[in-house]
Amino acid sequence: MSAETQEDVERFRRRARSWIRANLEPAAAGASAGVLRNNSTDQEELAEVAHERELQRRLFDAGFAGICFPVAYGGRGLTPAHQLAFNEELTGHEYPVRLQAPTFSPCAAVILDFGTEEQKLRHLPAILRGDELWMQFLSEPGGGSDVAGAQTTAVRDGDEWVLNGSKVWTTGAWWSDWGLCLARTNWDVPKHRGLSVFMLPIHQPGVDVHRIEMLNGTKEFCQEFLTDVRVPDADRIGEVDDGWTVGIRWMFHERMLHNSPYVTVPAGDAHAGIGASSVLRVARDSGTLDDPWVQEMVGEARMLQLTTEALQQRLTEGMRSGAMSDQSAAIGRLFSGVVSTRTNTLAFEIAGAGGGAWTDDDAALADCGSDFLMRQVSTIGGGTTEMARNVISERVLGMPRERTLDRNVPFRDVPRGGKS
Amino acid sequence: MQLHLTPDAEFFRDTTAKFLSEHAAPAEIRRRRDDPAGFDTRYWELGAQLGWTSLLVDEEHGGGSLSGDGLADLTLVADEFGRHAAPGPLVPTSVVAGALSEFSADRQGELLAGMLAGTSIASWCHLEPRPNDGLDGLALEIRVDGPDVVLNGVKRPVESGARASHLLVSGRTGGGLTQVLVPAGTGGISMRPMHTVDLTRRFSEVAFRDVRVPADAVLGEVGGAGAQVERQLLQAVVVANAETVGAMQHALDMTLAWAFDRYSFGRPLASYQELKHRFSDMKSWVEAGHAISDLAAQAVSAGSPEGAELASAAKAFLGQYGPELLQDCVQMHGGIGLTFDHDIHLFLRRVALNRSLHGTPSQHRRRIASIMCGRIGAP
Ligand SMILES: Cc1cc2nc3c(=O)[nH]c(=O)nc-3n(C[C@H](O)[C@H](O)[C@H](O)COP(=O)(O)OP(=O)(O)OC[C@H]3O[C@@H](n4cnc5c(N)ncnc54)[C@H](O)[C@@H]3O)c2cc1C
Repeated sequence: MSAETQEDVERFRRRARSWIRANLEPAAAGASAGVLRNNSTDQEELAEVAHERELQRRLFDAGFAGICFPVAYGGRGLTPAHQLAFNEELTGHEYPVRLQAPTFSPCAAVILDFGTEEQKLRHLPAILRGDELWMQFLSEPGGGSDVAGAQTTAVRDGDEWVLNGSKVWTTGAWWSDWGLCLARTNWDVPKHRGLSVFMLPIHQPGVDVHRIEMLNGTKEFCQEFLTDVRVPDADRIGEVDDGWTVGIRWMFHERMLHNSPYVTVPAGDAHAGIGASSVLRVARDSGTLDDPWVQEMVGEARMLQLTTEALQQRLTEGMRSGAMSDQSAAIGRLFSGVVSTRTNTLAFEIAGAGGGAWTDDDAALADCGSDFLMRQVSTIGGGTTEMARNVISERVLGMPRERTLDRNVPFRDVPRGGKS
Repeated sequence: MQLHLTPDAEFFRDTTAKFLSEHAAPAEIRRRRDDPAGFDTRYWELGAQLGWTSLLVDEEHGGGSLSGDGLADLTLVADEFGRHAAPGPLVPTSVVAGALSEFSADRQGELLAGMLAGTSIASWCHLEPRPNDGLDGLALEIRVDGPDVVLNGVKRPVESGARASHLLVSGRTGGGLTQVLVPAGTGGISMRPMHTVDLTRRFSEVAFRDVRVPADAVLGEVGGAGAQVERQLLQAVVVANAETVGAMQHALDMTLAWAFDRYSFGRPLASYQELKHRFSDMKSWVEAGHAISDLAAQAVSAGSPEGAELASAAKAFLGQYGPELLQDCVQMHGGIGLTFDHDIHLFLRRVALNRSLHGTPSQHRRRIASIMCGRIGAP
């Protein structure tokens, strides 16, 4: 769409507002609370997923899906400002939360960056309609931080590749459709030079999805065992052995998730579960709002949330204009991860003994304790904060790189730990 | 500081930066440690010529901003003040000049002109001893008595109070607030110098005992100054915040350079992961500090309803993380970081001072909570 014919943001906002009010239910109370809470059965989870697919379809039919995706691939071709306006209008309403990450970003974003015309036409409209849910197949039992150390192997066989190995920590793979998979295509070159990226359906013979119970009882974590999985070469994304070029952008999209123009999230929602409004609810429901210490903690949560939002804006602007390198996304990743853990702790603290023992009648206090146990999700998932600190110090501040034993040697010869 | 400055703004910032590098070098700041004023008149006049005191003053009263947003321009100066730990009463003069321009430009034309030229100083007399410290209420009483108003109470710390020809005093009149411009020599005013953590800023305790001035010294309405006082407080917070971020930025840059130069065990400090990770945390605080400080400045300047919450968020954040960052910079310097001859303490002093003025982090966190409660209708 050319600039002249593009709908201006305010008109778009008004149209979005009236559509949202007419077509979306208010968000369930406390819907955005908690950290991967364990409060539904498998059937309920599947029903929720089906409902979210249907919500996405409605967004698509109404012209509000893929606001920043090109029109050619089913999107609207509008600007981040339009997406932001939509997010602002969406506050307080239900939305397809499970479809945002990793489906829209990083997965769809990576397809948009590196896919062939054919690949984009095949997957992006389907994603925007809610027909395809994607997973990132990155982490492996042998290591997640060292992403480029992937050992899942793809061997060429005519027009196909044969994949063997295992991916892990995918959240929701059991109800998802496609995996974006980083695999080793060459063991005889240094690790970054022997990787390629593939797209594969999750539910097919040869992919065995196991569910892993998290410490709070949820079983959304999955591990996939890949045994002789055949992937057509047409489903390779990026060049052979050049998967790390894709991987770098992939990590970038992952770190930018909180500010991605491809993701639809109600403005003001905390991305990793707990935000200042949850903390305020805990304070209110524990009857402690008149306690100055509690007021301080509520204020701290809000201070951190506002500061995180401001920081993400600054980074987005800086990277867009080139004033900052793309590696600066790690600054936002680090900050928001630490903020989430702190916010989580604040809620737990305010809950008092209710954080340790509660009943179902305790309103917002209930489950604060379980959330606290899951606190580190926000500093591990999406790449750990330690890795973000490595990136900031080495790539942003230019400090010396850590000594590693895996550079300039064939990947085959790199030392590996015992348990992988 | 904003990521993208117009060429004009960049030039403006750079002019102040160069001036401060020349006239407020660390040795000069150390030299003024025992100077009762902390800065000399010539320095302040030259600074005023660069625009330091005019940014919140209307054009028709001799002021004017560069970009149309005077407060934003002022944050550029404040950022440089932070980067140099520069002397001079930037916060009080800006705030008072802005208030005079708004309410009293005709009556106080001479004072305002003097402030714009840097030859006169007027101080913002707002903060008080706890518990009514200017954030959680005011105790100083301003009573109407015939054609006069009468002031009783104590203000502290009052920046450059001893140098000021006039004091803009806020106080309580019944249930409302009143602001009065009082000549510093008025009978019943007594001043005591205070000790301070900063090397060049000077503070006084100012006591008002039946201080009587004609009612036309009132700025705005008697009992109706709540909104203007709040606006001034937000301006003070915004300027102090920008100064703190500038100091944080400079301290981080300095310490990073040191980490590359300093070796232990045959390696630069910069090569130790434990230290690298702390630098990354500090980098994230500095960027976050710039971001929230600029966003708050914008909102306060525009008079937007989010201004108060954002300014408090910025003040609470910088008040907490500014000193935290500076102390970690001291730590990374080792023993030399604790010496008077090293520069790092100049910046530690400035952020520690700014943390404590215009509301501590804990007070601003509570302000935020009360704004949030207001939104959900909770008590
Ligand atoms: C909720 C959640 C969802 C997730 N979803 C997905 C998903 O969809 N797809 C997917 O592929 N993965 C997913 N992950 C996995 C996640 O990306 C990894 O757990 C993470 O990257 C860390 O890898 P690891 O678990 O192997 O830990 P390791 O890499 O073994 O790290 C262990 C510890 O050592 C630290 N460490 C490692 N290397 C260094 C170093 N060089 N310097 C300093 N410290 C270091 C780490 O920071 C960490 O603290 C998810 C994780 C969570 C918690």
